[in-house]
Amino acid sequence: MTNYTPVSKKTPMPSQGTAEVAPATQVDSHFGRKGIVQMILLGLLLLLPIAAYFLGHLYYVNLASRITIIAMAAVGLNLAIGYGGMVSFGHAAYFGLGGYIAGISAYHAFDMTPFMTWPFNVPGSDSLLVVWLAAIVLCGLLALAIGAISLRTTGVYFIMITLAFAQMIYYFANSWPTYGGEDGLPIYLRNSLPIVDTTNALTYFLICFTGLVLAMAITSRLMKSRFGAALTMARLNDVRLATAGISPYPIRLVAFVISAAITGLAGALYADLNGFISPTMLSWHFSGELMVIVILGGVGRLYGPLAGAILFVMMEMLLGGITEYWQLFLGLVLLGVVLFAKHGVMGWLAGRERNE
Amino acid sequence: MSVTLLIEQLLNGVQLGTMLFLMASGLTLIFGVMGLINLAHGSFYMVGAYATAAVTASTGSFLIGLGAGITAAALVGALVELLVIRRLYHRPHLDQVLATFALILIFSEGTRWIFGSSPLWLSPPSWLTGFVTLPGGTRYPLYRLMLIGVGVSISIALYLLISRTRLGMRIRAGESDREMIGALGVNIARLYTVVFALGAALAGLAGALVGALQSVQVGMGEPVLILAFVVIVIGGIGSIKGALFGALLVGVVDTLGRVYLPIFFRAFMPPSEATGTGAALAAMLIYILMAVILAFKPKGLFSAHD
Repeated sequence: MTNYTPVSKKTPMPSQGTAEVAPATQVDSHFGRKGIVQMILLGLLLLLPIAAYFLGHLYYVNLASRITIIAMAAVGLNLAIGYGGMVSFGHAAYFGLGGYIAGISAYHAFDMTPFMTWPFNVPGSDSLLVVWLAAIVLCGLLALAIGAISLRTTGVYFIMITLAFAQMIYYFANSWPTYGGEDGLPIYLRNSLPIVDTTNALTYFLICFTGLVLAMAITSRLMKSRFGAALTMARLNDVRLATAGISPYPIRLVAFVISAAITGLAGALYADLNGFISPTMLSWHFSGELMVIVILGGVGRLYGPLAGAILFVMMEMLLGGITEYWQLFLGLVLLGVVLFAKHGVMGWLAGRERNE
Repeated sequence: MSVTLLIEQLLNGVQLGTMLFLMASGLTLIFGVMGLINLAHGSFYMVGAYATAAVTASTGSFLIGLGAGITAAALVGALVELLVIRRLYHRPHLDQVLATFALILIFSEGTRWIFGSSPLWLSPPSWLTGFVTLPGGTRYPLYRLMLIGVGVSISIALYLLISRTRLGMRIRAGESDREMIGALGVNIARLYTVVFALGAALAGLAGALVGALQSVQVGMGEPVLILAFVVIVIGGIGSIKGALFGALLVGVVDTLGRVYLPIFFRAFMPPSEATGTGAALAAMLIYILMAVILAFKPKGLFSAHD
């Protein structure tokens, strides 16, 4: 069965390059209801932890770091799902790999043993810059391999295959004894940066916050570019994109790789925040939760992942304080959102996007 | 590395395969007929196991328990279809994934709430314990042999149901053209509920039977669900024949990999390292198999929907 839709005479064909479907960013204004909601979200996320820090509530600073990192991971996933229409059910693989890179690197730096000696010597490192670069590059490479196979398929196959590959890495980490296997691996000393003290809770939050803002800026910039227009078209109608002379497969693959690199970097930040890595970071439950966050916030919206992450972590904290079965209520809320409120928190707070 | 071990592990692989088939056939049927991806299928597996364990414990009869388990899974399946799934048929796959993910959370936490976190114990009835000596001298547990028997009988029954009965005709018609059979006067809504309940009952049966081998606990359906996904992706989503072939392939490859890979690595590695490497590789083996198959056949081996 081919999906070829005949183009009626009334529909103007998009001329090459200037695709008629402009990305959603056209309506990105800093004023108006949407702009105000976005500024408030980002402003609160920045100011509340600073206030908490000076009032001495370190717990809330770390909570804000957690929200920020999870939001960043969701920004990565949103690029694949929301903008690219690629429903990846395996982004925990990149989050976990990023985490393991931070953990393994710190482990070897602490032990003064090399990570590998053949074919060339790779020592451990406790420098965040090295860890981050490694997380971005290796997660991108992993996504290149997984994406190259998975993107040959579509729909349900794609969902199940990304899930299956993530499970493969999960089981590998689970049964590989060198780095703790099932029990995970502690990071005794947080990886460091030149000049600043990363063990300070507020400093670390600001690092994470910068990461989140950068990830969102990259997404926004990307979606405003020619590449973004092509990606949007690959989601909406790939036959038409191909008619315009652009092959959808490489466009999707590049978006998938960037998406995974962002999520992987978030994973590295998360490992250093918690001082601990375990296969839980790789589990399919986490992939599901990331998807939930993207949907709760509003799929395909720049600030959606942030709104979703705030809501998710808050629910976890508040409901989790009342009952240990909080996930039951999370399930009910999620069911309600999927069945009845399709546009997520951002759709409810800031109005619908014009192209919805 | 004896022949006895090989035969025993092959049988274990076939046994895992038949149980996977019970899961995968329901999944693939639901996808084939309704076009729905159902993550909550593992929850029906769990419901079947819990109902069987609870009823067996109170009545003392495994068979009554098994009947209760299958019935409970079918009823829960029908109820879920009526309340939730029905609203999802025309939704994108993303919505289906999320809604059924939400169902997993609800079922898992609900079960934990009712039965507690500690596992329930379910043992096979006394007339199914013990060993059978197979021709060639292999001694094999009777219960596992019975599982293979049940799996084979269910496969045949399912084949007959789909190829020989009126319901089966409607299912096949539903797979090829949903709108047309509605136009021809078949009550589609009821057909969908029946197919969904049938799939849930098969999953519940698998959960109950495997529950007597392992422990009955919250989350027991999830690893099986993911294996069943691998099975139907390999076999071709929507194809029962593919599900059967994929299930046996995954069952045998996974079981043999776990036994023989560590032995293989022991030939040129120190034993402790060989065990670790072998186990890690064995855990990845079926996914690698899936990747290789998909690299050549992106729609699986027996694709029903081209």
